[in-house]
Amino acid sequence: MATTQTREERGALTHPDVHRLDDVNRDVLKMLSRPGKGWWALFAMCLGGVGMFLGAWFWQIYAGVGVSGLMSPVGWGVYITTFVFWVGIAHSGTLISAILFLFRAPWRQSIYRAAEAMTVFAVMTAGLFPLIHVGRVWHAYWLIPYPNSRFLWPNFKSPLVWDVFAVTTYFTVSAVFFYLGTIPDLAAARDRATGLRRKLYTIIAMGWQGTDRQWHHFGKAYIFLAALATPLVLSVHSVVSWDFAMGIVPGWHATIFAPYFVAGAIFSGVAMVITLTVPLRKIFGLEAYLTVKHFDAMAKLCLFTSLIVFYAYLSEFFLAWYSGEPPERGMFWNRLFGTYWWATWTMLVCNGVVPVMLWFKRVRHSIPALFVISIFVNIGMWFERYVIVVTSLSHEYEPFAWGIYRPSVTEMMIMVGSFFWFGFWFLLFTRLLPPIAIQELKEVLPAPMRKKKAHDAEAHA
Amino acid sequence: MSQGVLASYEFLDSTVDAIEKLRKAGFDGQITAYSPYPEHHIEHALGYGQSPVRVWTLVGGLSGTAAGFGFTIFTSVDWPLVVGGKPIVGIPAYVPIAFEMTVLFGALATVIGLFVLSKIPNVKPSVVYDPEFSAGRYGVFVEAEGSRLQEARRIMEAEEPIEMREGAADA
Repeated sequence: MATTQTREERGALTHPDVHRLDDVNRDVLKMLSRPGKGWWALFAMCLGGVGMFLGAWFWQIYAGVGVSGLMSPVGWGVYITTFVFWVGIAHSGTLISAILFLFRAPWRQSIYRAAEAMTVFAVMTAGLFPLIHVGRVWHAYWLIPYPNSRFLWPNFKSPLVWDVFAVTTYFTVSAVFFYLGTIPDLAAARDRATGLRRKLYTIIAMGWQGTDRQWHHFGKAYIFLAALATPLVLSVHSVVSWDFAMGIVPGWHATIFAPYFVAGAIFSGVAMVITLTVPLRKIFGLEAYLTVKHFDAMAKLCLFTSLIVFYAYLSEFFLAWYSGEPPERGMFWNRLFGTYWWATWTMLVCNGVVPVMLWFKRVRHSIPALFVISIFVNIGMWFERYVIVVTSLSHEYEPFAWGIYRPSVTEMMIMVGSFFWFGFWFLLFTRLLPPIAIQELKEVLPAPMRKKKAHDAEAHA
Repeated sequence: MSQGVLASYEFLDSTVDAIEKLRKAGFDGQITAYSPYPEHHIEHALGYGQSPVRVWTLVGGLSGTAAGFGFTIFTSVDWPLVVGGKPIVGIPAYVPIAFEMTVLFGALATVIGLFVLSKIPNVKPSVVYDPEFSAGRYGVFVEAEGSRLQEARRIMEAEEPIEMREGAADA
């Protein structure tokens, strides 16, 4: 069995300290048991943050959207920035779970469940921001095409309506993909659990037993879902970028936007996976499953996408100069040296300069260094969207229409609160669902062999 | 309810050998194998072909494309309104919608197809199951009665199972 040989080698390569199949169940399912003090502290902090988030939002609903700093000419501010940021975060989850699945990358197994959960919660968070942004949230259903009393339909030629379709499809498909991949692990959790948890897992595992027929169809369905999710993830951020690129605003109206946004999304998303898995590994003692090799692979992906993103920045500046258009040139000069120079330079340093350190193997193999770099990237990528949204709108064609935007306290509270909202769901996830894919990990572990055992016995004798 | 015998194995190769020998003895279609992860050696031993899930995906995806284009064109014609000097029916602008609908319908049809074909959700799981099958053991269940049951039992026992028991399955 030649394939088994390569699989054993691969398993030994990625998880040298995991020997038996049921070790995986033991190690992963113990994470679902009684939470420690650290978890409760984080959870309480996130609950407080969610309170702030909802409080600020309710204040804006009560007092009106005037409590935000949004005013002509800058009608899109922190809310749209944060929306694009969270959609971007979501992307690497699908990249790791779908694209790397199709490419059979052996290092994805340990991180993909956490990355996929991150995707679902990040899209959930992102989806709130257009609702917050529109102000009168009770009219949000007008975006949905339904036959109404005015006999009018949404304008399907508008990128904003494309976005509604893209983001809702993305949320639905990634949630389904996530749930489907979890079913066999929920069955594993069911078989070990007792009491109330057992009842819960019995229901959500839907009677999965791991029979040959179930696995056969499951495997095929999973491949097709991955094949559908792969173009989906590329399309979603392209559509988000067209929200900007379809408008004739200097700094937005560029054909580079779709690939530039997709690369930026994967860059920020991989950084977020590192930010989330480093504490996960530490708290739950998962050193045998999340090895330095996994972090090395993620760091390389980060470095690669950072190069694409930085190239996009440079080509944007170059093309603004090369176009010879005064508004375009003026806008990009204003980006670097105008009112928002600090945001632009934060973006350039965090996304272009700091990741240069990832060229060094010693940095890629140091977990604390990666954690710090990933935080820089998260900050840099938020500022990238801020720069794109705000600097362009504040400095369009006519000088009399230029203006300055200052985020209000309410906006900042909602933006910061969204991180706690995301953390709240992620923490719940680490306690309720197996945060590491049990069955996928077993696929890369060496299968137990009777003949090999006889051979080993001789070797030990 | 059909009678049968269940064996659990520690090793993959003994499971595969047991399945192959059972098929040679003419137990085709009466065997159910359990494994903690998708094991293609077991699938191979049972002689699986293509999964019909792909038909669900294709039909779902194509109906999504049709629905996406159909709906956008219908609504444009239903209330003709010139926007931005573009044609009433602007096909390029509808491509993103049709694409998203293709993916959405295709994905949902795939999952429904999987549920139908693998018979989940199954509120009343069969009695013949061992919680160890989701941990680290492989299982083989053969549906048989009388002397055939004894024959299956003999074949399965030859491959050194950890445990064997007779039971009834909900068929």
